[in-house]
Amino acid sequence: MNREVKEMTITQISVYMENKPGKLAEIVSELSKAGINIRAMSLADTSDFGLVRLIVSDLNKARDILQGMTLVFCNKVLAVEMDDKSGALSVILNALNEGDVNVEYMYAFVGKQPYSAYAVMQVDDMEKAEKILENRKIRMLCEEDLINFTVSD
Amino acid sequence: MKKYYQKEIETASREEIIKMQSEKLIKQVRHVYDNVPYYRKLMEERGVCPEDIRSLEDISRLPFLCKDDLREAYPYGLLGTDLKKCVRIQSTSGTTGKRVVAFYTQKDVDLWEECCARAIVAAGGSDEDVCHVAYGYGLFTGGAGLHGGAHKVGCLTLPMSSGNTDRQIQFMMDMGSTILCCTPSYAAYLGEAMAEQNIRPEENKLKAGIFGAEPWTEEMRRSIEKSLGIKAYDIYGLTETSGPGVAFECEEQSGMHINEDHFYAEIIDPETGEVLPEGSKGELVLTSLDKEAFPLLRYRTRDICILSRKKCSCGRTHVKMTKPMGRSDDMLIIRGVNVFPSQIETVLLKMGYLPNYQIEIDRKNNTDTFDVYVEMSSAQMSDKISDIQKKEKDIETSMRAMLGISPKIHLVPIKSIARSEGKAVRVVDRRKLNE
Repeated sequence: MNREVKEMTITQISVYMENKPGKLAEIVSELSKAGINIRAMSLADTSDFGLVRLIVSDLNKARDILQGMTLVFCNKVLAVEMDDKSGALSVILNALNEGDVNVEYMYAFVGKQPYSAYAVMQVDDMEKAEKILENRKIRMLCEEDLINFTVSD
Repeated sequence: MKKYYQKEIETASREEIIKMQSEKLIKQVRHVYDNVPYYRKLMEERGVCPEDIRSLEDISRLPFLCKDDLREAYPYGLLGTDLKKCVRIQSTSGTTGKRVVAFYTQKDVDLWEECCARAIVAAGGSDEDVCHVAYGYGLFTGGAGLHGGAHKVGCLTLPMSSGNTDRQIQFMMDMGSTILCCTPSYAAYLGEAMAEQNIRPEENKLKAGIFGAEPWTEEMRRSIEKSLGIKAYDIYGLTETSGPGVAFECEEQSGMHINEDHFYAEIIDPETGEVLPEGSKGELVLTSLDKEAFPLLRYRTRDICILSRKKCSCGRTHVKMTKPMGRSDDMLIIRGVNVFPSQIETVLLKMGYLPNYQIEIDRKNNTDTFDVYVEMSSAQMSDKISDIQKKEKDIETSMRAMLGISPKIHLVPIKSIARSEGKAVRVVDRRKLNE
């Protein structure tokens, strides 16, 4: 229990990418060559450049590979588990809103476990967000969950 | 300790300086006309004869000399004396075309070394000092000039030349070097190398550095001063007019005093050649008033700077030039505004970016586009687009304050700007391709 409280965040790698054809394919292909599985991913772009945000199976290995290619930035984000049904995300966002926590960006993916979905989010006050979600008994993924993610079903 | 090397000359009144310059100019024009057929021809083409030059103001009637003339007249075409009277040559590296070879009589060498001696004394040097000369020796004027100057001052002179950093540091520590003369980039490198060897700045005996021969910024000055524990002084010169020592910095560190008894300085509009009033930014034109062997009149240096005759707290009365802000040949005119790559570099260094950038200019719908790509390091990377865009906006704001126009800034990953022979390609001007 204690351990879960401490590790309710996961590490995301953000990768700087020129907004040019083939750049994303290049990054993904290098990761695949190393046997790294991409758990979740989002791509934000401007006319000049893109930021690819990745949650991967092997953080250190992925970081080493990507650092050799471009700029990378690692930081902690929340990965919130919810039921894969209408209104589930709304509960979470309302809770954060009531607590005056602002969501800076978010991307979601559906889990392998039946009826579950996950939202990766960056908020302006991580500590506060964790507390709010914890009080609501909302589960958040830790690094370990990520490694074992595919084997659980 | 002496404050000046030649007090009477260095602190002469304006009237005395003007009188001295007028007399020397009249004599020098006669000397050149009589001895340098190449320049006599230029004068004749302009319809000017030596009798027309009766005061300093008349200098604007004389034709300019530029680097192309030196190339055309290579090697002996601008010689002002018999080769027999010459005792030395020095030369540029010739990386941008044919090399410039300058000739010296013994008197030329003496006056040049005196100019360098003034710079060393202005940096606090005396016969008590150990002067570590790490400019290259040989054809390059850096080593020879400062070496000669240090001798004149009576310093214990270490003719180190450039390179072999470990040996430089060893001599510096063992001999107790107090004044370092080299290029600013080598000074910065020495500072890093000493830090790597765990030698703290207070452990060396250095007190001053005289750095020149390449462009450097105020930010570089501060970082060199910190890493070596010294006061860093700028020095200016070019092979064509003798070498380092045309101008040097005093303790005020706010511009370099031009040795006006030997050089007459003008600022011109690089486009029209028109002489600009004091305080204007433009191309520096130098006339050597004393040189016998290589007496250049109205030589266009292509260095852009501003002259100031404001009173200097050091007591010297000779006109001050700012550090060159760029070269007239790399000046860009964007939307009618003069822009120098060095200004962009200054802003970036000040804001903590590496000076790795590329300027891209194009013309779309009859308007110049102005984009600057700037490499950022991992430390500046973020997971938020808005963070990166804010950094870009901040640079744009500072650029606008410096240049008067604002480029579009694009932050790109480190090492993504094309390099040729290790140097980043600074300017891509696509407007020229459309002409």
